[in-house]
Amino acid sequence: MTTSPPVDQLGIEERIARLGSRTIKKESKLEALKLALSMIDLTTLDSKDTPGKVRQLCAKAIRPYEAMPDLPSVAAVCVYPNLVRVAKKALQTMAPGCRINVAAVATAFPSGMSSLKFRLEETRWAVQEGADEIDMVISRGKFLAGEHEAVADEIRAVKEACGEAHLKVILETGELGTLDNVRLASDLAIDAGADFIKTSTGKIQPAATLPVTLVMLQAIRDHYYRTGKRVGMKPAGGIATAKLALQYLVVVKETLGQAWLQPDLFRFGASALANDILRQLVKERTGVYQSLDYFTKD
Amino acid sequence: MKATTKITAKAAVKPASKLTNKKPARPERCLDFKTVWNYKASPESAESAKLEKRYELFIDGKFVPPSDGAYFANFNPATEAKLCEVAEGSPADVDRAVKSARAAFEGVWAKLPAHERGKCLFRLARLIQERTSELAVTETLDTGKPIRESRAFELPLAANQFFYYAGWADKLGFAFPGRRPRPIGVVAGVISWNFPLLMAARKLAPALAAGNTVVLKPSKTAPLAALKLARLAEEAGFPPGVVNVVTGGKATGEALVAHEGVALVSFAGATETGKAIGKALAGTARRCALELGGKNAYLIFEDSAIDQAVDGIVDGVFLNQGPVLSASSRLYVQESIAKVVVRKLRDRLETLNVGDPLDKNTDVGALPTRELLQRVQAHVKAGLAEGVTSYQADQQVPKKGFFHAPVLFTDVAQSHRLTQEEVFGPVLAIQTFRTAEEAIEKANNTPSGMASGVWTDKGSRIFSIARQLKTGVVWANAYNKYDPTSPAGGCKESGLGRDGGLHGLASYVELN
Repeated sequence: MTTSPPVDQLGIEERIARLGSRTIKKESKLEALKLALSMIDLTTLDSKDTPGKVRQLCAKAIRPYEAMPDLPSVAAVCVYPNLVRVAKKALQTMAPGCRINVAAVATAFPSGMSSLKFRLEETRWAVQEGADEIDMVISRGKFLAGEHEAVADEIRAVKEACGEAHLKVILETGELGTLDNVRLASDLAIDAGADFIKTSTGKIQPAATLPVTLVMLQAIRDHYYRTGKRVGMKPAGGIATAKLALQYLVVVKETLGQAWLQPDLFRFGASALANDILRQLVKERTGVYQSLDYFTKD
Repeated sequence: MKATTKITAKAAVKPASKLTNKKPARPERCLDFKTVWNYKASPESAESAKLEKRYELFIDGKFVPPSDGAYFANFNPATEAKLCEVAEGSPADVDRAVKSARAAFEGVWAKLPAHERGKCLFRLARLIQERTSELAVTETLDTGKPIRESRAFELPLAANQFFYYAGWADKLGFAFPGRRPRPIGVVAGVISWNFPLLMAARKLAPALAAGNTVVLKPSKTAPLAALKLARLAEEAGFPPGVVNVVTGGKATGEALVAHEGVALVSFAGATETGKAIGKALAGTARRCALELGGKNAYLIFEDSAIDQAVDGIVDGVFLNQGPVLSASSRLYVQESIAKVVVRKLRDRLETLNVGDPLDKNTDVGALPTRELLQRVQAHVKAGLAEGVTSYQADQQVPKKGFFHAPVLFTDVAQSHRLTQEEVFGPVLAIQTFRTAEEAIEKANNTPSGMASGVWTDKGSRIFSIARQLKTGVVWANAYNKYDPTSPAGGCKESGLGRDGGLHGLASYVELN
């Protein structure tokens, strides 16, 4: 039975406000922008997604901005299971041997409202198709009904179905109501074997927020203190600007330190963020903001 | 006090090798805060303070040179560089200031329609907001506190103090039901260097709103905020003589306290000085309001929101590098969570940026004087001699300037100097407790009673413990939350009277 310490919401908000007052300028900003870019799970999760769109996304993932070839690639591309094979092939063709992962959302994403049998089946299929990472959703209904052990069992089952693939557990914090619930769900997911915990599907508002992320990072920290195991973190949804991404990095830096300041343990689930980071990078280099028309929309 | 000073002397001559200091090993699963990506220095420009080369006394609405022509040098504690010269007020200057305040009280201020007094206070509040940048940088240059704290903590609180009491100026008749408040006359505000602007605002705002006039004597260590405030008071349209500022040292302060024309001495600062003021005024018809120090306790129960409790203690004890009258320098943690709390505190210490106070990313700046730095160092040394375990973050502090990195002490006993004596520096003494009774007994086991903090998720426990703690303020699941609408002040040896709220007004009026 997982028990969690209480969370003081005002305290969390105050800490976020405090961390938000950090000033990041010049070289420090440049370094952070590149770091943030390398942490992106470049995402497309529309039901109208096409193989063509996914291939374009992969091209962007490999080389985000043609005019600045020294920029890092992003960490992964994130798609629906039926497009995993397309993404995998596109990456291998365009950049053989690249380290960009393919992540698939699975388990009846985004609601999770299906039988466990189908959700496990979908997970196994996504892995077979070539997914390196699985982004699953928890049963929020069960969690809110107090069936915490059932939620944990499901996560354990999905983890097993993942095999070698990394498991990211989406808590959908926008539906959990309180920070206490966010903390409990984080602890449940971590104890059940999550490699990453993730805030949101991006289909529900509010999606990722800084307070929610801090609570989840604190759960990760406590787990590390107890076991020495490092669990990753992925805020997703609503992080569209470079400025906001840097604030997330500040929170990671001052909560968990160096080990988490890399794409192995921290990711941004985002689509529009990459272009805003590129725009800021170009601005740092040239001194002027370019029109968004200069950046590819994929 | 005297007995403990002797122990310092002994400890100081002890050879270092005999110190029984135990350095704890780094815990097994340690977070690494030496990150590849770091914030670069981002200092505020010292120019924004717009400092003059020399500051005169502010008496009767004019800046005037001191009668015997003496000036003292004012230094920036972070660089040890001279900032400017400030007038040293003589007893004759004090006399001049009190007489001008008396004349203004009888001739203008108390006779002015109440809403006109309110308007002056409102204008002053607005002027403080407008000059935030100038005042914040001045505070930081003068005291060594981080610019973030000047700007985000002290400035808004100071402005709000005037906004709040401005509202009372024309509503005094309703403040004390059934009684008629009258102003008492000339108020001497003798204030400390730790929050020069805020302390000035805390004394000036209620005193002026009630219809009194003021002679302000800021600390010699940090006189600039009061002088800047004097200029703003002039701009805000206060009649000459209503606000006077006499800078200087101990002799200036003593002359002011002893002056027959002063009706009330409102003091904020060291307990010893407060006692001396109380003695000086005993047997006279003149009153005092005292805001003194404390060895304040912070209690964390096992059901607390631990991470936020840790944030709270960090802000509680390291705010302003430690010199805060309500600093929570004694931490009592319930045994079952003591290990994890200490580990979290150690990790937080690693992330505190100690250094240039003008840097916007600095968390801990410089102490205001070399004497205080040496006192803190002696205290830490004495603490180590008592055989406790200490922990300091692995980071460099600037060589020049009066910097002291934050320190934690564990294995502390109630009888240790670390627990007994107010340090006024970034030093935290940690003890554990098993039962609530034990925690309360230890927390109350001090001659002071300024403030305390309780952390628990259980509402009923908050109320039961708050009732038993003998301090003027108890913060629950928070710390150092000041607000002009809410009274704050000490029990026992931590003071007399309250600042803030309606209670704060009561010190500055005669009721009949």
